[in-house]
Amino acid sequence: MSKPITRLFLVIVVLFALLVAWTSRWSVFGADSLRDNPDNKRPLFAALRVKRGAIKADDGTVLARSVRASGGTWSREYPTGSLFGHPVGYAKLISGQLSGLERSRNDELSGTTSELNSILDQLQGKRRAGNTVVTTLDPTAQRVATDALQGQKGAVVALDPRTGAVKAMASSPGYDPNVINSRAGLRSLNADGADAPLLDRVTQGAYPPGSTFKVVTAAAALNSGAVSSPDAPVLNGDSPATISGVPLRNDDRSWGPVSITTALTFSINTAFARLGERLGKRTMADYMHRFGFYSLPPLDYPKDQMISSGERGPDGRLIPVASPSVDVGRMAIGQDKLLVTPMQMAMVASAVANGGKLMAPHLTDKVVDPDGRTIDTIEPKQYSQPMSARTASELTTMMGHVVEEGTGTAVQLPGIDVAGKTGTAELSIRDHINQPWFIAFAPADNPQIAIAVTVEHSVNGFGGAVAAPIARQVLLSLLR
Amino acid sequence: MSARNRELIGLIPASLLVTAGFAAVFIQRGAASQNQLSSLSLTYGAIFLGLCLVAHVFLRIALPYADPYLFPLVAVLACFGLVMVYRIDDTLARQQAQWFVVGLILFALTIIFLRDYRKLEQYRYLIAIGSLVLLCLPRLPGIGAQVNGAYLGIRLPGIIFQPTEFAKLGIVIFLASYLRDTRQVLVSGARRVFGVTLPPLKHFGPLLVIWGASMLLLIVIRDLGSSLMFFGAFLAILYVATNRLSFVLIGLLLFGVGAWYLGTHVPHVVDRVDVWLDPFNPQRINTTGFQIANSLFAQADGGLLGRGFGGAIISDPFNHSILPAAQTDLIYSLIVNELGLVGAVGVLAVYLLFIERGFKVAMLARDSFSTLLAVGLSSVFAMQVFVIVGGVTNVIPLTGVTLPFISYGGSSILANFVLLALLLLVSDKARRPDRSLAR
Repeated sequence: MSKPITRLFLVIVVLFALLVAWTSRWSVFGADSLRDNPDNKRPLFAALRVKRGAIKADDGTVLARSVRASGGTWSREYPTGSLFGHPVGYAKLISGQLSGLERSRNDELSGTTSELNSILDQLQGKRRAGNTVVTTLDPTAQRVATDALQGQKGAVVALDPRTGAVKAMASSPGYDPNVINSRAGLRSLNADGADAPLLDRVTQGAYPPGSTFKVVTAAAALNSGAVSSPDAPVLNGDSPATISGVPLRNDDRSWGPVSITTALTFSINTAFARLGERLGKRTMADYMHRFGFYSLPPLDYPKDQMISSGERGPDGRLIPVASPSVDVGRMAIGQDKLLVTPMQMAMVASAVANGGKLMAPHLTDKVVDPDGRTIDTIEPKQYSQPMSARTASELTTMMGHVVEEGTGTAVQLPGIDVAGKTGTAELSIRDHINQPWFIAFAPADNPQIAIAVTVEHSVNGFGGAVAAPIARQVLLSLLR
Repeated sequence: MSARNRELIGLIPASLLVTAGFAAVFIQRGAASQNQLSSLSLTYGAIFLGLCLVAHVFLRIALPYADPYLFPLVAVLACFGLVMVYRIDDTLARQQAQWFVVGLILFALTIIFLRDYRKLEQYRYLIAIGSLVLLCLPRLPGIGAQVNGAYLGIRLPGIIFQPTEFAKLGIVIFLASYLRDTRQVLVSGARRVFGVTLPPLKHFGPLLVIWGASMLLLIVIRDLGSSLMFFGAFLAILYVATNRLSFVLIGLLLFGVGAWYLGTHVPHVVDRVDVWLDPFNPQRINTTGFQIANSLFAQADGGLLGRGFGGAIISDPFNHSILPAAQTDLIYSLIVNELGLVGAVGVLAVYLLFIERGFKVAMLARDSFSTLLAVGLSSVFAMQVFVIVGGVTNVIPLTGVTLPFISYGGSSILANFVLLALLLLVSDKARRPDRSLAR
């Protein structure tokens, strides 16, 4: 009977081989997809046991840190409260809810490394520990920006145009991430009538840009050669102008032939709308894409906490510039259905400031491991070159005139030349509700800071009067 | 080297494993709670090794010719199980250690009182009926215990007793004895119908009864796994007894039809099959699918090398288990979690070696009953491992069977020590030098 016994044993070997095959399927080959399964709570519980790394401002101020909790777990604390609520975000590890940098830098903060490294660490008996994320944020500027908004709904974002480093990123109303850990806290933040404090208006606020968009139109006109000289009176400032068959008027007067510098300095709508029609949809679309419109900002921030800027339909969906429903003349002056984020407008200012080169904005400066070694430094990266250095220099001069003698005089700083552009989008003409804007950079001859400021639903507010003074305070604090 | 000296050397890996395992669990705990390393771990290890040595000395005297590898392989599995159970809960580990003592006593008693195990043949119908009664006991009101919809346990004062574990031994003994008698008739009386060899109806009847009994088992205890275990062992013995593949194929066909019918018509079994086909369905992942999904998540967490003894997470921050029945059904998942694929393959290899030794015993046996008994015991053991490991890895629907010698549970340990005792008895008889020839 030994032959059937041998065969029987072979069958059992095959059965055991099946067991090995299935075990390896779950533990090795298919392990990644199982770990990512949203119903798998194991990574969340594991995360609670890891001392998550701190998040720090550029001067070392601690913005988020881990403190011991019960049973070998850790919980999160935000010493600066609501000041950095938006850029830092929150980490409610027990339910896996993360936002802001806590989310976009989760791998670094939780010390997740490659399989090979984790095996090596295990062999060396190392316990997993999180890395510290050092941000580019400046606590003073953040404080000044938050205070300057004075509780109005709005947003301020300041970048270093040379590197893309985000120096201040304030959205009002803010929220204190410390309250996230209580159930009531999160509910109150999401309540109706709470003015959506969790919304990061810098990257998620969709606002009509008003005249600040004329900087994009001007860049397109000068760089494409459609307007050869900034000072030649080649634009028609007559009012009214017929744009897409509908008359468009200037607020002040009919200007006659004007140069593009004059048109920008005094924000002449008819001149820019005619220019937009002349440039056409293709050129406008090309330059908008170069500046980053129609894409998410290349920021190290969670993708679902950012939106793209561009023309949007009534359902909120992006509409391509080429679409027949787009009124390119009105779009060129920041009207039509154009909706932009403050981050996008800061990127426009930043590109002009940096000689036409747009640097990718980033919040993280470096990642430091628990032993204090820098394991990753975020190098400045060019995102695009929307215009030539010459065009950028011409635009800088033009934007300087805006602040010297035009609509943005409120931003003037003693001893420092500021280049900027105001904007005032009219939301309701009857109720005088406006969306004031200001984008700027300084010093004009050697730009160190580019900034965008906007305030929601300002009654009778104009960009030069409401937004420019806020920009002024933040610029002052950063250029001190 | 004599068989018993080889056995003694074979115990070295077990001793290393138990010491290293306990030390590892302790270091892990010490690091977690910043307590000092306790000497209790070494006490556990020492007592356990002492027991192994006592058993070894007993075997030296009682069964000097028995296979030298079976006992050390069991010692490795048992040590390993004790470390895993200890890692889950100290109290359970202490109880488990006590069960080992009782198990070893039962092991010794079996060897002493069943020295001539062939007298079991005389009581085969009694044993068969007794086993079937045992299997049905869990359905009796008052003492039956339902766990996860299956009727697997009997509630006695103080303990829950799992009759399946003992019934499997009884049924194997019966089948070995019955087929020793009828195997010749089954083969010689067979006729070929449409190219398929069919056994004579008269003798096929009892086999149909067994098929019916295992199907009944499915309905009565609602447990596909146990049923598969019994039927698998039955087909193994039948195949070795008759050397007729066609019988096995007919058996598999019948089982398949029965399983299909029950898997589509009995609600409890239907649930299990649904979960098996789609273990991650979000609709039931927190109810019927929770156990299997978390078993697979635990294995994914283990990866190639695992998290180390004591390194896996088995409960959430509120102390709710995220690996239900980790000490019994899901202990294999915890092994993959903590020792990785490599460790799990190692455990399976130990089981395979044990089964291989069991078949070796069967081949060396000098009479049909001994051969069939050894084949049956090894096969039912193999099927038990396959059913539970296959269950937690989703090869087959998950059912509550213990992982022999590793899972926590008194019934399982006692029954498997009797199984080991029987194999050693058969082996000792088979390898005993024939005095009549020597003279």
